[in-house]
Amino acid sequence: MFRFILRRLLSGIVLLLLISTIAFSLLYIGGGDIARRILGQMATPETVAQKSEQLGLNRPLYEQYFDWLSGAVRGDLGSSWFTGQLVTEGITSRLAVTLSIVIGAIILIAVVAVALGVWAAIRGGWADKVVQAVSILGFAIPGFLIALGLVTLFALNLKWFKPTGYTAFADSPTGWAASVTLPIIALAIGGIAGVAQQVRGSVVDALRQDYVRTLRSRGLSFNRVVFKHVLRNAGGPALAVLAVQFVGLLGGAVIVEQIFAIPGLGQVSVQATTQGDIPMVMGLVVATAAIVVIVNLLIDLLQGWLNPKVRLS
Amino acid sequence: MTELLLDVKNVIVEYPIKGFRKEPFQALKGVSLDIRPGETVGLVGESGSGKTTLGRAVLGLAPVTGGEIVYRGKDIAHLGRRERKSLSSEIQVVFQDPYTSLNPSLTIEQILVEPLTVRKVAKKDASKRVLDLLDQVGLPSNAADRLPREFSGGQRQRIAIARALALDPRLIVCDEPVSALDLSTQARVLDLFKEIQERTGVAYLFVSHDLAVVRHLSHRVAVMYHGEIVEWGAGDQVTGDPVHPYTQRLFLAAPVPDPDRQEQRRAVRQRLMVEQERAGLEAGAA
Amino acid sequence: MIDLTPTVMAPALPRAARRSLFSRLLRNPVGLATMLFLTLLVLSAIFAPLLAPHDPNSSSIQDVLGGPADGHPLGFDSSGRDVFSRLIFAGRFSLAGAALALLIALVIGVTGGLIAGYYGKWFDSVSSWLTGLLMALPGIVVLLAARSVLGPSMWLSMMIFGVLLSPAFFRLVYASVTAVRNELYVDAARVAGLGDTRIIGKHILTVVRAPVIIQSAMVLGIAIAIQAGLDFLGLGDQSIPTWGTMLNDGFRQIYKEPLLILWPSVVIALTCVALTLLANTMRDLLERSGKAKARRRPPLRPADVNKTAAVFHAEDLSSSGRTGEVLLDVRDLAIGYDQPDGTVKTVVHDVSLTVRRGEVHGLIGESGSGKTQTAWSILRLLPDGGRVTGGAIFFEGKDLALASEKEMTKIRGKKIAYIPQEPMSNLDSAFTIGSQLVEPMRVCLGISKKEATQRALKLLARVGIPNPERTFAAYPHEVSGGMAQRVLIAGAVSCDPDLLIADEPTTALDVTVQAEVLDLLRELQSELNMGVVLVTHNFGVVADLCDRVSVMRDGRVIETGPVRAIFTQAKHPYTQSLLAAILEDGEARGDLDEGNSGRAAAAALATPSISDTIGAQS
Repeated sequence: MFRFILRRLLSGIVLLLLISTIAFSLLYIGGGDIARRILGQMATPETVAQKSEQLGLNRPLYEQYFDWLSGAVRGDLGSSWFTGQLVTEGITSRLAVTLSIVIGAIILIAVVAVALGVWAAIRGGWADKVVQAVSILGFAIPGFLIALGLVTLFALNLKWFKPTGYTAFADSPTGWAASVTLPIIALAIGGIAGVAQQVRGSVVDALRQDYVRTLRSRGLSFNRVVFKHVLRNAGGPALAVLAVQFVGLLGGAVIVEQIFAIPGLGQVSVQATTQGDIPMVMGLVVATAAIVVIVNLLIDLLQGWLNPKVRLS
Repeated sequence: MTELLLDVKNVIVEYPIKGFRKEPFQALKGVSLDIRPGETVGLVGESGSGKTTLGRAVLGLAPVTGGEIVYRGKDIAHLGRRERKSLSSEIQVVFQDPYTSLNPSLTIEQILVEPLTVRKVAKKDASKRVLDLLDQVGLPSNAADRLPREFSGGQRQRIAIARALALDPRLIVCDEPVSALDLSTQARVLDLFKEIQERTGVAYLFVSHDLAVVRHLSHRVAVMYHGEIVEWGAGDQVTGDPVHPYTQRLFLAAPVPDPDRQEQRRAVRQRLMVEQERAGLEAGAA
Repeated sequence: MIDLTPTVMAPALPRAARRSLFSRLLRNPVGLATMLFLTLLVLSAIFAPLLAPHDPNSSSIQDVLGGPADGHPLGFDSSGRDVFSRLIFAGRFSLAGAALALLIALVIGVTGGLIAGYYGKWFDSVSSWLTGLLMALPGIVVLLAARSVLGPSMWLSMMIFGVLLSPAFFRLVYASVTAVRNELYVDAARVAGLGDTRIIGKHILTVVRAPVIIQSAMVLGIAIAIQAGLDFLGLGDQSIPTWGTMLNDGFRQIYKEPLLILWPSVVIALTCVALTLLANTMRDLLERSGKAKARRRPPLRPADVNKTAAVFHAEDLSSSGRTGEVLLDVRDLAIGYDQPDGTVKTVVHDVSLTVRRGEVHGLIGESGSGKTQTAWSILRLLPDGGRVTGGAIFFEGKDLALASEKEMTKIRGKKIAYIPQEPMSNLDSAFTIGSQLVEPMRVCLGISKKEATQRALKLLARVGIPNPERTFAAYPHEVSGGMAQRVLIAGAVSCDPDLLIADEPTTALDVTVQAEVLDLLRELQSELNMGVVLVTHNFGVVADLCDRVSVMRDGRVIETGPVRAIFTQAKHPYTQSLLAAILEDGEARGDLDEGNSGRAAAAALATPSISDTIGAQS
């Protein structure tokens, strides 16, 4: 088990290094052009050269990268070209907001999707058909359209929630809950659809396994076999989909935050992108990748716990 | 003494094991055996004994890392793709599972024409040949434009045999060709193998785990155990009066379909097991 | 990134089904509706200049946010442009952008998957690393990063998105190809002398084609969604009309003119739903056609093939000595399966058999004879849709055919136990062997965990496992098949059952292991004085273990009697033909030179073969 964790950890670090290298080279390859883009077409070549010098863009790419990397290892991702704010500060101040809605959504997905999937698989018949049809719709309609629909219906027409804005948990827990409810639901619906389908499929598969009959032949009740053996075996594939969903949710959050005017990573990303604030963009890419690597590691561990066979491969 | 059709000399097959500096797995540890034209050589063994690997090595589907496989005077163990291609009309194959050895999306005609197209046989001649092949294996001519799933296991195996016969090979490697079939079907397919051999003079390397099947069809029999041949000789001797302790165990382990004789065989087997264990202990102590 | 679970099709779809997939799609109501909608959409995009009443980019200040007017059915946007015309023109760019992404993803994913799947080795691990890399970031974050360097070009972002989507195809093709690569028919093609390109073209492309088409529909939907999302965020090229830029405009005016956001939303949602539904319908159609083929056993022949009466043999000396009271009495049992069309298909007819305490009753027959169905029905563990449709199963005076599930749960394990055929698949790989033995004992016998553990260790030793403690703590994949079968036998006898149902208990084992397992079964049977129903197709196993035999064919018992009577005085022609097909103790073939096949062979060597002649002619 220890070697399994170590191996996964190492491959995660290698993946992060690889992503940072590729992202850095693609983002910074422009060199002098970057300075011109910041200053606009009217700038004189002298001011452009000066700006390049100031930002260190005139140095060889690998030198810039090693500078960045040695900073990153110490927790310093540079500072924004426009506001001068430290990148790490800009990210961490918003990270909690984004993570709270993403984690909220993933919990909602896990609970609802597992319940729906298991119900559809065991009940069969019309229950199965309804879950499948709803899943297809939920999966097909883009998340931001669902978000727009929710805003229009519950916030603008029914006025149950405030359409936009965010209340910090520390300021008012109930206000916080009210401000994240719609975003979490909007984010979760697509995921619920996808995961419920997967859970249904893997439960149906697991129910067909030979050992189900054998365990029942030993006097275990159907429910006991389902809840102890079938669910555990169906859990592996479901977790794998959940891991993929998590990455999708991080992306979806960018758009959903925009709709609900939530001050999370999404807003920072859109702002940095439109401005061309490359240190900030670089920081966001690495931070997102790091979150994904950590989540994948956690899911791998869970998988290993669920099914010992996984630990071997 | 006729010339040898196939001469397998000290063949070693190794598969690399995943992982850093791991010793490769030796599926065959220096195996020797020969086949004369028109002969059936049976190859018996339990799972993991290497019997299927030997068949695949002859077909060029397993990596031979040592020894020689001499076919009509020429070593074919390390041929390139191109040279191997020219052997396709000499050595053919019938696999175990009639459900996966035929592509389910091709018609029987397409399956049987496939080997002929490699030989660049004209279309008209090819369809004529397909009808002839179906006739040889006892299937009606209207089988040609049906899909494999429309046939039963035994019929599919007949199709696989027809495909092997398409290029008039001199040697067919048969890898457990009847073990997936029901008892009565099995007997009929075995008779077909025999009948084709008597008519065309093709030789078989017949791989099976079933001593009775091998005994029924083979002129000579080799017994494999852990990647080696432990006994090799005339069919009736190896399958009727084996000498090697493993072959004896194998022979006695198969139950006879007669309650009284099976009771005797069981007693003999249990005695033999005790004796062999004692002998093994003594050998270990010495 | 995006959830695109690859669906690997069963090796290939039947040719007939493939040819008519398109026409079957048109006959399916959902398929027809989605195809119609998508065709109209594409046509309207192509002929946008002819269809749109106005220039999508001409704005007039006085019409800003104006409602529907003559010639402007959907009104004006915030710049005073005609919404209806923009919607039609936007389809052009949105669809073209999505198509570009699909094209890039297809080219990279399919070729990469084919090469990696077919040639394997290092390419394999490199490409799976690349896939992992692409999957580690949300697509939109990558697109945002690219936008910050490259500026707002829809075409460039769609090309990048195509690269990001390529793993969806790569994984799909890769999985299909690796599945096919190891198929025996690919080996056979290789032996027939076919080259790699021909094998890929003929045997492999046909397999991946349908799943790739299905995946394409899904990917198109996702690309349309993400493209709209980018433009909605205001990061797209404002100079070209797309559904996303219209959304963006509508969202800004959501308080003033809420209808403005409705039209693009509806079009995007309909398009994505249509694509997904299309993909699902295609998948359903293919899977349905694949089902018949997925069944490996030939379907049961019609039951009326054999109406000759069953043969009953009288008791003889060998059987009367070993019998106690009647344990199981099956009378006129019928088993049926519910069919989708509401009918019931009967697979077992009028089967009657009795098992006495201490007696082994063999059920012998070929595949599809109904012997396993009969065995499962005694445990009331028939697969989904299957049930006892007639007759009775008396056990200890109670008719099991009528017992409730709760009553059956109490009987299973404690009174009637079961030994399956495949050792490996009958153990749950997620639990240790020990826990799978302990759990049922605690439930059935109501004993403590400690007591159950003691008992399990003793049982493991009893069934001949050399190191019980180690096996107890091991997971199923850590032991051999023979050991696993011993574990299953230990589990079956763990609660001292009266009746044992053994379904081909030695079929999956090597012959030397089979002999040991048969010995073990015989010992346990006499130790516990159990009645046994032994399902098998092997007459040797019957001779070794059984006191009484029933021969089954096409769901009926055709001959039944004491074991010696069946072997020596079989009356039914089918039983006689089965016994005649037995090869054990048949004549050996003898030496090659004795037959005339040697001469035939010599002749074959001398004359050119038929293929040579054909080859020379062409």
